[in-house]
Amino acid sequence: MDLDDTPEQAAYRAQVRSWLDEHRGEAPVLQGPGALEDEDEIVAARRVWQGKLAEAGLAGVTWPKEYGGQGLGPIEQVICNQEIARAKVPGILDAIGVGMLGPTIIAHGSEEQKSRYLGAMLHGDEVWCQLFSEPAAGSDLAAVQTRARQQDDGSWRLTGQKVWTTNAQFASYGLLLARTDADVPKHKGLTMFVVPMDADGVTVRGLRQISGEAEFNEVFFDDVALDEGAVVGGVGNGWGTGLTTLMFERVTIGLGSEGMGYNSTRFAGAIARDAHARRDPEVRHQLGEIASELLAVRFTGYRTLTALQKGQTPGPEAGLAKVTIVAGAIKAGDLIADVIGPDALSEDSEWAYMISFLPGLKSAGGTEEILRNTIGERVLGLPPEPRLDKGIPFSELRSKEGAAA
Amino acid sequence: MNLALSDEQVFLREAARGALSRFKTLEAAREALDGNDSALPDLWPTAREAGWPGLLIDEAHGGAGLDAFDAMLVLGECGRVLAGIPLLGHLPATAILGDGAGGSYQSQLLGDLATGERRAAYLPAQPPSELDERWSTDPASGAARSPLPSAGAAGADGRVPVTGSIAFVPDAPGADVLVGVAFLDGKAVGVAIDADAAGVSIEPVSRYDATRSLGHVSLDNAPALVLDAPEESLAAAWYLAQALIAAESLGSVETALDVTVAYAKERFTFGRAIGSYQAVKHSLTEVLRQLENGRSLLYYAGWARAGAPAEFALAASAARSVGGRALDTAARTMISVHGGIGATWEHDAPLYFRRAQLSRRLLGGTGSATDRVAGELIAQADAA
Repeated sequence: MDLDDTPEQAAYRAQVRSWLDEHRGEAPVLQGPGALEDEDEIVAARRVWQGKLAEAGLAGVTWPKEYGGQGLGPIEQVICNQEIARAKVPGILDAIGVGMLGPTIIAHGSEEQKSRYLGAMLHGDEVWCQLFSEPAAGSDLAAVQTRARQQDDGSWRLTGQKVWTTNAQFASYGLLLARTDADVPKHKGLTMFVVPMDADGVTVRGLRQISGEAEFNEVFFDDVALDEGAVVGGVGNGWGTGLTTLMFERVTIGLGSEGMGYNSTRFAGAIARDAHARRDPEVRHQLGEIASELLAVRFTGYRTLTALQKGQTPGPEAGLAKVTIVAGAIKAGDLIADVIGPDALSEDSEWAYMISFLPGLKSAGGTEEILRNTIGERVLGLPPEPRLDKGIPFSELRSKEGAAA
Repeated sequence: MNLALSDEQVFLREAARGALSRFKTLEAAREALDGNDSALPDLWPTAREAGWPGLLIDEAHGGAGLDAFDAMLVLGECGRVLAGIPLLGHLPATAILGDGAGGSYQSQLLGDLATGERRAAYLPAQPPSELDERWSTDPASGAARSPLPSAGAAGADGRVPVTGSIAFVPDAPGADVLVGVAFLDGKAVGVAIDADAAGVSIEPVSRYDATRSLGHVSLDNAPALVLDAPEESLAAAWYLAQALIAAESLGSVETALDVTVAYAKERFTFGRAIGSYQAVKHSLTEVLRQLENGRSLLYYAGWARAGAPAEFALAASAARSVGGRALDTAARTMISVHGGIGATWEHDAPLYFRRAQLSRRLLGGTGSATDRVAGELIAQADAA
């Protein structure tokens, strides 16, 4: 058991650190004096910065070399993330593309798709978004209703709606899960597509949340034309292709969970600044309980990393770390705001923003209830809930649901 | 970065599981509750055969020269089957003795303790915190902490007379030597006291969980050898004890979860296995969540003792806090998922429940470990 770098890892870290030391002045400033404020400017600056990181080999660290990556392991990716955080510069803008969607295309895409899309994605020239969730298909993702119909010439027509789409307002492409056959059971009739976000019939609308800000978007598709080559991973194989994306999502969460800023150091710092609260046994007890669990998540991340290094794939149990982080951060927000009082809820307060963001985050990537079902079944081996949709063609599900209601 | 067990550690764990499987520890625990103390197997010979008493003692003194994480693996196996092996008392004592250069007595004693020919009990002493700036010990009853025993001037034989009392000392009955902390000239020092010396009284006490051997220790001018042990080492012994009881608790959680999951798969109501109901499934995944968090913190504590000593107090306290709560949750879930039968004398669930109830209140209690986590993090924030 060892938490230190091997000599090779230390050398890699030194190399990353020296590049960052030399180039940090070129990074966009997002906080503090001189920070960029205009969203378009921020996006443009962060795209340029991503390009520089990619040129230096600090983006797509685990991507194969033939697609512009470094062909290194997850540990080097983590070292890179740690050093970027240490240098206090922004990371890549398109973490979703490079972390989840690119690897999906590498695994399932055609050679043509790989050579067309991957380089531009990695360098931030084209930002991507993930078009999976829908208003009626979140935890039950295979229930997507966005419909793609193949035309006589082999091209497709796409109609439907997606939601919770990060970065859609400036994305060039989206990876979209659509129903292509409604007459087979729901997991079977799905297909994955590449969708140009500037195509006719695509509408992106910001989705304001509790904080008043729009971190996500709704995306509407009205008879959007897609050519035959837009299919990723084969017609009818969309579920398997999507599972690859979700697996990379778990890897991303497992390796970067502390990056969200929900960690024991930050929360303890807030309590430490209040001379009375830091000596209040009840406050300390609550802080201790919250912080212990968040500390545990840091080391769960290291366990995940150990497994990845050994070539193992993280399973759904990584979802438990997400449950712990969100629950811990919610309790911490309540505790800190209880200590500070109404001022914690002022508009420019970091705590007000966090408190507003967390209720939604609880359901992101699948609701906590569904995560607990999946873990109970896949990790503990408990029997599944009886379900009404097994083996039923998707087109008949609606009437069945109506009858059951 | 490598948080995997080494081959040797896997072997250590498997060997412990194998050795303990030869005893009917759960049946014995129940019989002992009924008053038949002799039902409890003497597991010390098994521990000696396996080399556990010397786990933390260096090889020069006949020990295995291993670290906290290895000891935690063994304690985890003890916890799985509620085996009463006096390692929780013995191992922190050997850590204090082993940390100093020591004289010939300390060296000889380490040799005897490494083989298990003699057995030590650690007299738990809680280091000061921001809220309580004194060292303290567990009281016999109530919320007020007890002061450290105090030592007087050295006699002709070089030993100092120590007076004081420490309640609920793990594994004190039958120990050959007591190793703890006393106040000498306004300073906390390490002391070793022969258990059969004049002025030493050890009253065996049993509370709720018959597998746990405890004693109230009274010292009345008992002759003590002042140890060559730095104050950090005396504090580290407390945190080692926290890490060990955390590991032991999480071992118990593993069994409680396994048994409960198996029952949830085979017990049917309304035509379905009860494990298919969300209410049951979610309560079991909650036990798993706490168990996994606890396991991660065992790695942290196991690494920190040697790898980042300044973080050991935080790591071990966090492990104790999460491990203690995990056992509370697991034991209660074990009973409730089993329904009424889980609350009957014949079932194993009450044995794990009893273990949880008592463990939570020993060695300062789970709550004081939780407070310590906050204290350490606040101190870190001040330093940043």
